Amino acid sequence: MRTYIIRRLLLAIPTIFVVSVVVFFLVHYLPGDAALVKVSEGGRSAYSPEQYERAVKELRLDDPWYQQYWGWVSGLFQGDGGKSLISNEPVFSELAQKIPVTVELAVMAMVLGLAISVPIGVLSAVRQDSVWDYGGRLFATVGLALPEFLAGAMLLLTLSLSFDWAPQLVYTPFFEDPLSNLEQFVFPAAILAFHQAALLVRMTRSAMLEVLRQDYMRTAYAKGLRPAVSIVRHALRNAFLPVITIAGIQAANMLGGSVIVERIFSLPGVGAQVLQGLESRDWTVVQTAVLLITIVVVMLNIALDVLYAWFDPRIRYQ
Amino acid sequence: MNEQAALGARGPGQFAVRFAKGTVRFARLKPLAAVGSVIIFALLVIAIFDPLIATFPTLETHLTDRNQGPSATYILGTDNLGRDVFSRLVSSTKSMLFVSILSVVFGVSLGSVLGLVSAFFGGAVDLVVQRVMDGLQALPALIMALSVATALHGRADVNLSLIIAIAVINVPYANRLVRSTVLSIREEVYIEAATALGASPLRIMVRHVTPNTLAPILVLMTNQFAWAIIVAATLAFLGLGPREPTPTWGLMLADGVENAERGFWPPAITGSVVFITILSFIMIGDAIRDLMDPRLRGGTAEPGGQG
Repeated sequence: MRTYIIRRLLLAIPTIFVVSVVVFFLVHYLPGDAALVKVSEGGRSAYSPEQYERAVKELRLDDPWYQQYWGWVSGLFQGDGGKSLISNEPVFSELAQKIPVTVELAVMAMVLGLAISVPIGVLSAVRQDSVWDYGGRLFATVGLALPEFLAGAMLLLTLSLSFDWAPQLVYTPFFEDPLSNLEQFVFPAAILAFHQAALLVRMTRSAMLEVLRQDYMRTAYAKGLRPAVSIVRHALRNAFLPVITIAGIQAANMLGGSVIVERIFSLPGVGAQVLQGLESRDWTVVQTAVLLITIVVVMLNIALDVLYAWFDPRIRYQ
Repeated sequence: MNEQAALGARGPGQFAVRFAKGTVRFARLKPLAAVGSVIIFALLVIAIFDPLIATFPTLETHLTDRNQGPSATYILGTDNLGRDVFSRLVSSTKSMLFVSILSVVFGVSLGSVLGLVSAFFGGAVDLVVQRVMDGLQALPALIMALSVATALHGRADVNLSLIIAIAVINVPYANRLVRSTVLSIREEVYIEAATALGASPLRIMVRHVTPNTLAPILVLMTNQFAWAIIVAATLAFLGLGPREPTPTWGLMLADGVENAERGFWPPAITGSVVFITILSFIMIGDAIRDLMDPRLRGGTAEPGGQG
């Protein structure tokens, strides 16, 4: 087990390295040169050539690219993510404010998604080809065909036209005012959860269908176990592992979806920060935030693999 | 033999009959996918003949007829500037389909070639290619597409930059699929037979392995179309596609939502069109996957292949 974990962690290093290089070059290719962004911060359009020169020096843009790359990476290891070109705040402290928002959103969406999808998926499989099954599959297909931006836009439209509801412009932390905080999060989380649930319904359904045909299910029925108990205790328990794995992989993709819902519902999370950074060419923020997201995703995947290997010893020895 | 020759002699007529029979069978087996195919076919026709179908020039504003519901003059109503929603939807169909189809074709082709190369050479090449793919996949796809589209925005043609951005996120999926398909094909008996006959590795690769990867690649492509539409519309919605006043589905939706209190029609209709298009592609993708591989019936693949 330990060798398995170590091997997975070692394999993660090249992955993260590749991403850091890709991000570094993408960001350096962003239109709008960083020194220009810095000197014209706050909409100041007039700047002297000396100011520009100083910005170039300060951002070390005249260094060769490998030195710039090294400067960035070694800075990260020393806990220095550089400063935002726009707000001049340290990137790390700026991101630290955004992380709780995205984490709360993701956790809510995940819990909601699992709570909706597992019962529907189970029902759909147990009553295969019934009205319930068609309903469940319809739900899944509609969910897949409604991407976050579309579902979010439609929900916002309905809410504002029918209930005169608009997203709050200021973020309220949970511990300040739980109700107002939940009101802010429930709709965006529902959007993410819906998309998530669509996939999980399909996964739960097919995993359950497979398990329901196993011999031990027939044994369970044959020994007179009540159907509900055999489904929950024998079938669902075995079908749950692949579902959890997919849910974990989806958690990573949800970070992508959060970019959209955070924008639509004006939540100040990491996704919104990345988007804003891209729009304002604030590349110090973008490169560090994107790398952070990648590291989270990679670690999440490793944790899932380890969990899976722990449950299923066959995988460990492959 | 005679019968076969006779069948062949009937030529195009025979082919048309068989094609019609096949279509009917497909429609009966997969009614939803058949409906989806009809919709996509209609969209293709609209994309090709858009100037003939649009009832108004897309940029023509009718300031006295703003935010109207559907009527005889404006089939699907007008937007906040009095522009005909139907005509704008029609004229943006072309770029939408163009971007999503080309991006999938490019991305999946590049990924497939890399997958073939990776499986063929193995060793260090495989290791390097797969680590790069790991890296590309480690980033949430949407963020990857966003970054690439932003980096190219304003430098390349908008449609080209969207195509590249969406192609990039398709590469690792195709790569993984083709690589694992090749690795499993290599264990087949007919490969052993070809090796025994003295065929060179290159010949085996080109003549025996590559053709057998085509079916899964096609299935992947149909599944990815829905995803490509989603990403393209999302990027346009965020303003990374063509700029106003050029109509695109994403921009029209963003604009409609912004002006929703003045008119509910434009965003609702645009949203429905996007939804129906994605749904059609998903239906077709699901059906093709089922027909190609019955084991996967009711399976789990999502557009984007992240399932």
